[in-house]
Amino acid sequence: MKIAYYPGCTLKTKGKSLETSALACMGQLGIEAEELERWNCCGAVYSLADDDLIHIVAPVRDLIRVKQAGHDKVITLCSMCYNTLARANELMRHDEEKRKTINDFMDEEPDYTGDVQVLHFLDFLRDEIGWDKVKEKVTKPLSGMKVAPYYGCTLLRPKEVAIDRADQPEVMHSFLETLGAEVVDFPGAIQCCGTYQVLGNPDAALKVSHDILSDATSHGAEALALTCPLCDYNMSKRQDQMLQKYEGAREVPIYYFTQLMAIAMGIPVEECHFELNRESSVQLLKSKNLVTG
Amino acid sequence: MAREISLKTIDDRFRQKIKEISGQNFQQCFQCGTCSGSCPMTEHLDLMPRQVMALIQFGQADALDVAKTPFVCASCHTCMVRCPRGLDLTKIMEAVRLVKLRRNVNEIEPSNLQPEDVTEMPQVAMVSGFRKLTS
Repeated sequence: MKIAYYPGCTLKTKGKSLETSALACMGQLGIEAEELERWNCCGAVYSLADDDLIHIVAPVRDLIRVKQAGHDKVITLCSMCYNTLARANELMRHDEEKRKTINDFMDEEPDYTGDVQVLHFLDFLRDEIGWDKVKEKVTKPLSGMKVAPYYGCTLLRPKEVAIDRADQPEVMHSFLETLGAEVVDFPGAIQCCGTYQVLGNPDAALKVSHDILSDATSHGAEALALTCPLCDYNMSKRQDQMLQKYEGAREVPIYYFTQLMAIAMGIPVEECHFELNRESSVQLLKSKNLVTG
Repeated sequence: MAREISLKTIDDRFRQKIKEISGQNFQQCFQCGTCSGSCPMTEHLDLMPRQVMALIQFGQADALDVAKTPFVCASCHTCMVRCPRGLDLTKIMEAVRLVKLRRNVNEIEPSNLQPEDVTEMPQVAMVSGFRKLTS
């Protein structure tokens, strides 16, 4: 199966572990991901202003590239890219007036009507591959590993682009169950990590991220799985600051969901680029005999 | 602090602007406070989202011009999902931010970022932060 793939900026550098592990898993599942040629930054956040159409141009250009490559679906891995592309697509599909303005403005491009389907890898696995097929490829189940699924905001809100129910999502739960992990449900799974407030209000972002991690561990999680490079930055890269600042803060290994998938599928560990994770992430996998060396 | 609400203090142009940018009828808000109870940033806000809504309803542009809350909002959309009136508060917060940012005012100065943060942060943090917090 061939499908168009939109990586987004972060996945080529800081978040490359998300990309390499995902592509390796896709290979194992017989999915040929064709990276779009000449893709550009999606803008990271969808414009929430009714009078601001210029920020819709970048994601729409990417969607036009999908069509030009002969595809009608595109997969994303970064959940912020997913949200931005999917919302821009919804606008082009349903708002005739704005669609016309944007198409007129981009007169060097073919007109676009929102007819590409934007998917995140998680809903693609659920709806187009199926958990049974994924399970067939699991050679090293994550048995006894207590993992909390963290959804964050952009996969679940707003409703028109949500890949699951906003209040009680299941998709990542099912995903982790399929990999053989012990899934730890916790209320913080749908709370915001503070996102871009790491620039504007870094202390506030640190606190909300800390609240999520302590919620996960108090429910018995020994690790957290996530889908977004910004959530990863807030909860993994800034965890040392939490450990220093908050009494009782505990070390929590953090993984991209695709890294856990790659390990469960027996994909060589190099594809996971664990050097970008916290050291505890590799240690936990070693303690479960899922990674050797 | 008590505020005088009268024809003298109500800035109707501000209200129209917020309505235009957000596309939301903020007069529908009936002050239930669900947004305030849902916001993950509550402890870092100077005004609860409910109070922001009330100040918009009464056109209190000066109070909102100095408010921190719209710039602490992380656009997580939790309030929007839970609002019993179906209001998209994230769009309203964006409108309040933009009224200020469009006067060429930056909430954060990119040049003041620490070099180590710039090196460490993922692109998605910088792009989204600059989009939301600079003019």
